[in-house]
Amino acid sequence: MERHIRVLVAKPGLDGHDRGAKVVARALRDAGFEVIYTGLRQTPEQITEAALQEDVNVVALSLLSGAHNTLFPKVVNMVRGKGMNDVLVIGGGVIPDADIPGLKEAGVAAVFTPGTPTASIIDFIKANVK
Amino acid sequence: MDIAAELLAGSRLALSRAITAVENEYDEATAIMQQLYPHTGQAYVIGVTGPPGAGKSTLTDKLVKVYRRQGKTVGIIAVDPTSPFSGGAILGDRIRMNELTLDEGVFIRSMGTRGSLGGLSRKTADVVKIMDAAGKDVIFVETVGVGQSEVDIVKAADTTVVVLVPGLGDDIQAIKAGILEIGDVFAINKADREGAERLKAELNMMLDLDQAKSAWRPSIRQTVANAGQGIEELVATIDEHAAFLGTSGELVRRRTARARNELIALIEEQISHRILKDIAASGQLDALAAALAERREDPYAIVKRLLAAYLR
Repeated sequence: MERHIRVLVAKPGLDGHDRGAKVVARALRDAGFEVIYTGLRQTPEQITEAALQEDVNVVALSLLSGAHNTLFPKVVNMVRGKGMNDVLVIGGGVIPDADIPGLKEAGVAAVFTPGTPTASIIDFIKANVK
Repeated sequence: MDIAAELLAGSRLALSRAITAVENEYDEATAIMQQLYPHTGQAYVIGVTGPPGAGKSTLTDKLVKVYRRQGKTVGIIAVDPTSPFSGGAILGDRIRMNELTLDEGVFIRSMGTRGSLGGLSRKTADVVKIMDAAGKDVIFVETVGVGQSEVDIVKAADTTVVVLVPGLGDDIQAIKAGILEIGDVFAINKADREGAERLKAELNMMLDLDQAKSAWRPSIRQTVANAGQGIEELVATIDEHAAFLGTSGELVRRRTARARNELIALIEEQISHRILKDIAASGQLDALAAALAERREDPYAIVKRLLAAYLR
């Protein structure tokens, strides 16, 4: 039995900057993960449905618009609402340190801010995917 | 949970989990497939193949919307290459199909090739069956971007659509022995570009030279997928081919050939799996490899011995 970690890399919100998401996607690929990349401006509904259809282990959200306090928890709730209880929801982007505790409280497993080495994201996923 | 039963009852989560179980060869995979098998054989399978960047995903997106307007439910299997170095993959076909994500009549699954070289993954045929059992009327299988010889799609699809684009120039000569032999329907996409007419003429010439003269002469359609041009005509042509397969008896012939291939593959897989699992776990495999490297044994004798032991 083979183990393949599948990660949905998604960009919720309205900002059009996906370079960070692409860098992370590429790093995850090089770490041996299957990365499903869905592109810009995804609604939480679209992200949740894509996560369900792709049966991913991780939903990685990248957001630079400042709407993380609204959108990240919304994705967590919708993912849980569809019965995906083991799925890890993580986030990244320009997120003020002060917001991180609240996001974790809301069920975001980890938040990676600018300057995070991609290896930390990979290690976190490997250590926390059930 | 009983994945197969929940899938048959309409659970999308169960459908998704069943695909994972089969793709990752979980222990329960065979039992799931066995439960689903009686419910398969209903869907019509359309293969979409062609070189990278030809517009396969965009075209698939548009085609699916036409079938949805006809009230048909659709499954999409989108295959992208797995890196031979890391085993990872970027599966990016959904980007072109975002508008379909929230349509409950559509289910999209991305798959990495995971080492297969024929343009599909080894488990693609099983995933087709799973979506079939889930009640999808039409199933699209989009291959990786192919070059010349990745023609596994013909073994999985009822109708194969080969997507080409103008501008490959004389490359048409180079690829004619490969994927050009497997098209039931050709779509010249990006047909608003220069060279579309010439490509059509070259394709027609190539098809006229075909000695095998089947009763179906592959049709050529021009499309501009991102502008939605030529899509209805392409669907009409696919439907014509489907009708031809039905009336000519070719569909039964193709599906019988497919069943035969799949049975052979299953036998091979199960036998090798059974033997390898055992000898790998016991350490015998390593010992045999060492013996071979030192030329103390020959591999033919080893296999003969293993087969005698296991196939009683």
